[in-house]
Amino acid sequence: MNMIPATAPAFKPADYKSSVKPVWCPGCGDHSVLLSFQRALAELALPPEQVAIVSGIGCSSRIPAYTNCYGFHGVHGRSLALASGLKVARPDLTVLVASGDGDGFSIGGNHLLHACRRNIDLTYIVMDNRIYGMTKGQPSPTTEPDWDTAISPGGTGLSPFHPLVIALASGANFIARGFAGNIGGCAKLIAEAVRTPGFSFVQILSPCVTFRPDQQRGWKDLVHPAAVPETDDPARAARRLMTDDGFNIGVLYRGKREPYQPAPKAYLAPSHLEAEFAL
Amino acid sequence: MNRPASLSIALTGSGGAGVMTAGQTLLDAATSSGLYGLMTRSTGPQIRGGEAAAMIRLSSHPVQSHGDRFDILLALDFDNVERFAEELPLDSESLIVADPAAGEMPAFLKASGAAIGLVPMAQLAKSIAGSRISMVALGILARIIGLPESAVIAAVAESIGRKKPEALAASEKAVMAGSAAAPEVNVPKLALPHTPRAGRWSITGNEAAAFGALKGGVKFVAGYPITPATEILEWMAAALPQCGGVLVQAEDELASINMIIGASFGGAPSLTATAGPGLSLMTEAIGLAVASEIPLVIVDVMRSGPSTGIATKSEQSDLNIAVYGLHGDAPHVVTAPLSVADCLLTAQWSVHLAETLQTPVIMLSDQSLGQARVVIDRPGDLAFATQRLAPEAASVGYARYATTESGISAMSVPGFPGGQYTADGLTHNARGTPTSQAKDHVAQLDKRQRKLDSFDFGAHWAEIDGEGELAVLTWGSSTEPLREAIAEARAGGTDVKLIALRLIAPAQPGRLTAALAGVKRVIVLEQSHSGQFWRYLRAHYDLPKDAIPIHCPGPLPIRPGEILTYIQQGVPA
Repeated sequence: MNMIPATAPAFKPADYKSSVKPVWCPGCGDHSVLLSFQRALAELALPPEQVAIVSGIGCSSRIPAYTNCYGFHGVHGRSLALASGLKVARPDLTVLVASGDGDGFSIGGNHLLHACRRNIDLTYIVMDNRIYGMTKGQPSPTTEPDWDTAISPGGTGLSPFHPLVIALASGANFIARGFAGNIGGCAKLIAEAVRTPGFSFVQILSPCVTFRPDQQRGWKDLVHPAAVPETDDPARAARRLMTDDGFNIGVLYRGKREPYQPAPKAYLAPSHLEAEFAL
Repeated sequence: MNRPASLSIALTGSGGAGVMTAGQTLLDAATSSGLYGLMTRSTGPQIRGGEAAAMIRLSSHPVQSHGDRFDILLALDFDNVERFAEELPLDSESLIVADPAAGEMPAFLKASGAAIGLVPMAQLAKSIAGSRISMVALGILARIIGLPESAVIAAVAESIGRKKPEALAASEKAVMAGSAAAPEVNVPKLALPHTPRAGRWSITGNEAAAFGALKGGVKFVAGYPITPATEILEWMAAALPQCGGVLVQAEDELASINMIIGASFGGAPSLTATAGPGLSLMTEAIGLAVASEIPLVIVDVMRSGPSTGIATKSEQSDLNIAVYGLHGDAPHVVTAPLSVADCLLTAQWSVHLAETLQTPVIMLSDQSLGQARVVIDRPGDLAFATQRLAPEAASVGYARYATTESGISAMSVPGFPGGQYTADGLTHNARGTPTSQAKDHVAQLDKRQRKLDSFDFGAHWAEIDGEGELAVLTWGSSTEPLREAIAEARAGGTDVKLIALRLIAPAQPGRLTAALAGVKRVIVLEQSHSGQFWRYLRAHYDLPKDAIPIHCPGPLPIRPGEILTYIQQGVPA
C-alpha cells in the first residue's frame, strides 16, 4: 500500500502551491495549515490533478484556491455533502475537505453526523479557532461559554461542542487532532488521514490572531502529544475523548470500518431497461 | 356534447381496501383488450386507513388526462368517500355501484342524480374463502363495461402471481361472482379494438422522467424522500447501477443538491428529484451551480403549496420559485413536461441543456403527471448531441471561465492534468480566482447570461398546434385537458391555436411573437392561485391586448369542459 512506482515523479510541497495570495491575516494559523496540506500531498506523492479539495465558507474554507489541485469553494456548511458526491462519482480521486468550527459544526453539523456514519473515503480537516473570524468575531459551537462578544454579551453560557466525541459516536474511522503551529506534525496527520480508508477527521487547532489573540500565546504551550498510543477500540477511544483536555495531539482513534463506495453493477445502455415498460 | 369515445371509472374505498391494486388490475385488463388508458391516484395523507380513489379513463385512442365527469363510481365502502366529492364529478348519466351494507349513501352521491346499483359486495367476498371485496368489484366493473372476465382474471394472475394457486382460484371465483351479480344498467360499452398491445408502454410520469434522464446520460443521483417525487429516486436506485451510475440517499435536500454538484464537478451528469419544500431548501446551492457553472438537473414534482400544503395532490404553483427563487442575478433553465409521456422527452432534453449550457435546469413536473400511469404508444427515440465542452489539451493558463462569444467555456474535470481550477461561488475572474472587482463581476454575469441568450433551444421550446384568431397559451400539466377542449372546439367549428411552453426560462420572446402571428385573442391557462404563469408572461412577452388569464389553484384538475366553456363563451369578467 502507498508504494510509489519507481518512475513516479517526486513532488515538492511547492508543486501544490497556487499563485493566489491568501486573504488571511498575518499570523493566522491557517497559513501554517496550508503549508501542512502541501507537505502532506508531497509526502503522498499525489499528482495535483488527482486531488480535489472541497470547502464551504469561512476563513479556513478559502484554502482550495491557494493550492494547485482541483478545488471547490461551495456554500456555507455543505462541503461534506459536495465532497461525498464527488468521491462517490469519482472514487479514483483523493478528496480532502477543509472546514472551520462554524462551517463544520454549526451550519454543517448534520452533514458531519452523516458523513461519519456513511464513512466515505474522505479526509475532513477542520481548522478550529473557536470563533467566526470572517464575520468579525462571533461565538462558534466550540467557543468557551464566557467568551464575551457583541452578539453574546457576557458569553453564550453554552457548553462547547465536542466534535471528536461526536465524530466517534457517528462512526468516523480515523480521528486525530493537530496544532497549526506544528506544520510537520499536521502534515503527518493529514497524510495518515488520507492513507486510512474511510472517513478521516482531523481537528487542527488554528489560532485566530485577530479575534482570539489569547489563543496564539496560550495554545502553543497547552498542546501536548497524546499520552497513550492510538487505539482501534471505540469504547476506549470514547473514554479518552470524553476526558481529554482538548489539547491532546496525535492520532486518537483508527477504526477498521469498510468505506462506503456504491458502485455500478453493469454498463448497459438505458434502452435495455425499456422492456419493463413494454406491454 | 360530442364526447370522445372514452369511459371514466372511479374506484373508492378506505386505504388498504385494495382500491389501487384493483384499479391497476382493471387498467391491465383493459389494455390487454386493446384499449389505451390513464390511471391517477388520489389519497389522503394516511398510509393506511385513510381514503383512496383510483381514477381510470379507458379509450380506444391514447388519453393522457381525465375528462369532465365519471361514468361509473364504484364505492367499496362509504368511509370518507365525501372527501372526494369535488374530485369525482357525477351526473344523471353516471352510475354508482355500492354495497347495501355500507350504510347510508352520502348526500353528495344521492344529489348527483346518478343511477344506483346495489350489490352486496362484502357479503359475496365473505362467502368465498380467501377472496377480497376488490376482486368482486372488478368482476362487476368488467361486466358493466364489457370487458371479458378472462382478461380480468389474467390480469389478477399477473398481479398476484401464478405461484399462489389458492389465492388465484379465490380471486377468480370472486371476479365471476361479481360479474354475475352486476346490476343490469345501461352504460355505454366501449368497443374493444382487440388490437395487439405489443408496442405500447405502461409508464408513470415519474418513471418516464427517470428513464428520460437516464437516456440523457445521467450517471449520478442524490435525493431525499418526498411526496410525490420519491418514485423517481426509487426507480433510479434500481436502474442507475445497471447503466453505470449510482444513487445516494442524502440526509436532507441541502445534502442532495450539494452531492450532485460535487458529482457533476467530477464529470458525472447528475440529477436530483424533489418537491416544493425540497426545492426551497436547495435554492442556495442551485445559485452556487449557476455561479460555478455546474450542469445539474433538478426535477420538482410539484404539489399543492405553500409549505407542506397538500403533499399528495397537484398544483402548478412552483413556477415563481423555479424562475425567481435564486438570489442575485442567476440565469438558469426551467423546463416543464406537457404530459405524462412527455416527462420522458423533457427530462432527456433537460439533461442535454444542463450539460451543454453548464448550468442548472429545473424541470417542473407535478403530482398529476408524476403519479399518473398511462398506456401509450411507444415514444419515439430522441438523440441529442450532448457534450460538455472540455479543454482539448493541457495548457498553461487554462481559464475555466473564459469569456467566450457563446458564453460557454471549456470545463475540465478532476484528473485532467493542467486543467486544475477552483470552482467558486465567490465572484471570480476567467481563471476562477476570487475577485471583488466590478469589471470581473460584470464580465462573468454577462457571460452566464450570454450562454442562455445566444443558445438555439430549437423546436422543443413549445408545442404549437393549429391556427386561429384565438390562442390558448399554457404550460405543463394543463396542456392535455386543453388539447381535449380544443379538439372539441374544432369539432364544433371553432378554430383555436394551442401554444404550450415546454421551456419556461429563459423566455423566448421572438419565438412566441412568431407563434402569435395572426392571433387576436389569447387565453392564458394555468393551475395556480395567483396567476404565476400569467404574470411571468406579462413580464417577458408582448401579448395581444385582448389577453385573459384563467388561473385556478389545485388540487382539482382543470377539466376539458371548463376550458371549452371559456373558449366558446369567453371568460366571465
